[in-house]
Amino acid sequence: MLEIKGLTARVEDKEILNGIDLVIPDGEVHAIMGPNGSGKSTLSYVLSGREGYEVTGGTATFDGVDLLSLEPEQRAAAGLFLAFQYPVELPGVGNANFLRTALNALRRAHGEAELDAVQFLKLARAEVKRLSIADDMLKRNVNVGFSGGEKKRNEVLQMAILRPKLAILDETDSGLDIDALKIVADGVNALRAPGFSALVITHYQRLLDYIVPDRVHVLVHGRIVRSGGPELALELEANGYAAVTAEAA
Amino acid sequence: MNARAKPLEAVTDAFVARYEAQPGHDAVCADAAALFRAGGLPGPREEAWHYTTLRPLADAVFDAQRADPALLLSQLPDIEAPRLVFVHGCYRADLSAPPSGISVRTGAPAWGRLARPETEKLVALNTMLAQDGAAIEVADGIDGGTLVLASLATGGAFHPRHAIRLGRGARLTLIEANLGTGAYLHNPVFSVDVADDAALTHLRIQQEGEDAFHLSTLYAEVGARGTYDSFLLTLGGRLARMEVHTRLAGEKATAHLNAAQLLGGSQHADFTTVVTHDAPATVSRQTVKNVLTGRSRGVFQGKIEVSRIAQKTDGYQMNQALLLSPDTEINSKPQLEIYADDVKCSHGSTVGELDPDQLFYLRSRGVPEAEARSLLVRAFLNEALDPIGHEAARGAMEGMIATWWEGRTA
Repeated sequence: MLEIKGLTARVEDKEILNGIDLVIPDGEVHAIMGPNGSGKSTLSYVLSGREGYEVTGGTATFDGVDLLSLEPEQRAAAGLFLAFQYPVELPGVGNANFLRTALNALRRAHGEAELDAVQFLKLARAEVKRLSIADDMLKRNVNVGFSGGEKKRNEVLQMAILRPKLAILDETDSGLDIDALKIVADGVNALRAPGFSALVITHYQRLLDYIVPDRVHVLVHGRIVRSGGPELALELEANGYAAVTAEAA
Repeated sequence: MNARAKPLEAVTDAFVARYEAQPGHDAVCADAAALFRAGGLPGPREEAWHYTTLRPLADAVFDAQRADPALLLSQLPDIEAPRLVFVHGCYRADLSAPPSGISVRTGAPAWGRLARPETEKLVALNTMLAQDGAAIEVADGIDGGTLVLASLATGGAFHPRHAIRLGRGARLTLIEANLGTGAYLHNPVFSVDVADDAALTHLRIQQEGEDAFHLSTLYAEVGARGTYDSFLLTLGGRLARMEVHTRLAGEKATAHLNAAQLLGGSQHADFTTVVTHDAPATVSRQTVKNVLTGRSRGVFQGKIEVSRIAQKTDGYQMNQALLLSPDTEINSKPQLEIYADDVKCSHGSTVGELDPDQLFYLRSRGVPEAEARSLLVRAFLNEALDPIGHEAARGAMEGMIATWWEGRTA
């Protein structure tokens, strides 16, 4: 379970998060929607431990562990996964090697035996097939020369292989056509289980047609101003953010 | 400056004195001695020596040459191949396993035909003092397989002289391993002839002792459709200079001069190349990667000369440096001299640190920071390592790089 209380954070000298309160119980998928600049991506980076984001107050715990005191790799070992809005290219690093390195690092952290290349490839090929991803994606360098859609699919592939307990999807729908969107959504839905929860950050309601959330929260000026069921997303789509933004002001 | 610092001339005098103390003088050595006496060691006023000074030689005290550096033998790359082993510049039959099907002569300097003691002062020094070397010859049409040429050392100063000749259509993979421990000077000179349609792959490992000086000069000439494909891995030495002069003499001749310099502490390594395109449709490729830690300094000077007849020349040169500490320095000096009008020549250089976005991406996937850094350094080197077709040699070099990295981060 993720519990965020009174979380405030800034980037350089600008306050971006102004007191976030949010609880995501195990097995639930929550969506955070909000206009540009409301602090959506900042929240994802603060939770995953990116440098340059200074937490100034509040707490964030995951299964009782203080997330904010952990290094990014320790957060990953605790079960957190961030699907990047802009996945990073790693020239010279093969995708299979990257995925195996990551999986084995997590397995080490959990006291599990590492997988050798053969064991890993078997697992990876099964996931690639299940997600309808082209086989050669494992052979290429990480995200290098990938189209926008391929990069997002690669994020989903990583998620499927690394099996996080909590996935944060940071505008995973941006730049995707409808087919790619479905593949991404299917990948997330396939992981839905009592031991998996997700925080889906999005600007548009469209993604939520495919990944139906248990709860929707609206983020404005670094604060959650409204929460509701999936119908809240439809309301935002119909009326725009202006109404809630005005309410919040 | 150190109050006790001796001038570089004192080093020149000491080398000359050593020459004079030797019994009997070959005419070749005598001519070189006259050149060396007059010219001395290269100094900072020479353009080619702007970034690398031999001054540390003046204060260096070399270790004694221990009789049996057999321990070093165990550090030779684990490659199943015949080998020629030199200890302190002298051939050691007892440690070697000579090849069959290739002609090898040892016991005297292998002068070759390409070295120029009159222009390169270190080559004059080598010629004056050379005692031994390997003359390796692969006859026309023969595939010589793989041959290891190893140099082991624990001290002293030595100047081996090697010559490699590939006949028409011949092939050879030569793995040159320079290993040692302690303080010494290794000043080898190579003359490399690659005839028409021949292909030499030259994989060079420089892991000399950490107080050692490694000053190497190589001359290569490549005939029509021939290939000189070299990769240099520099890990060792206190001061290293690898100078390579390659002349593409026949139509469609190709040279690859790739290198990776991995340095730490106060190491200084200089890779200096001159590629002369002297025939039409010749190709040269140079990808040089530097990974610098501590207070180390890397130098790459690459000159591409294209003569008037060398139309359709294709020359490419790239020097990249990863600076992993704020006290490192990279000097990059590309030079193009083009006298033909229909050529394609380009050069470039990049300098940077590890990308924080890439580091965070890896760490967010659970990869610990040290491992993430290691992975990114390895990725940076891949472009230069990947083209190495000899899998055992590439594997050995990858192992050496991994060991180097562990030593740096420990």
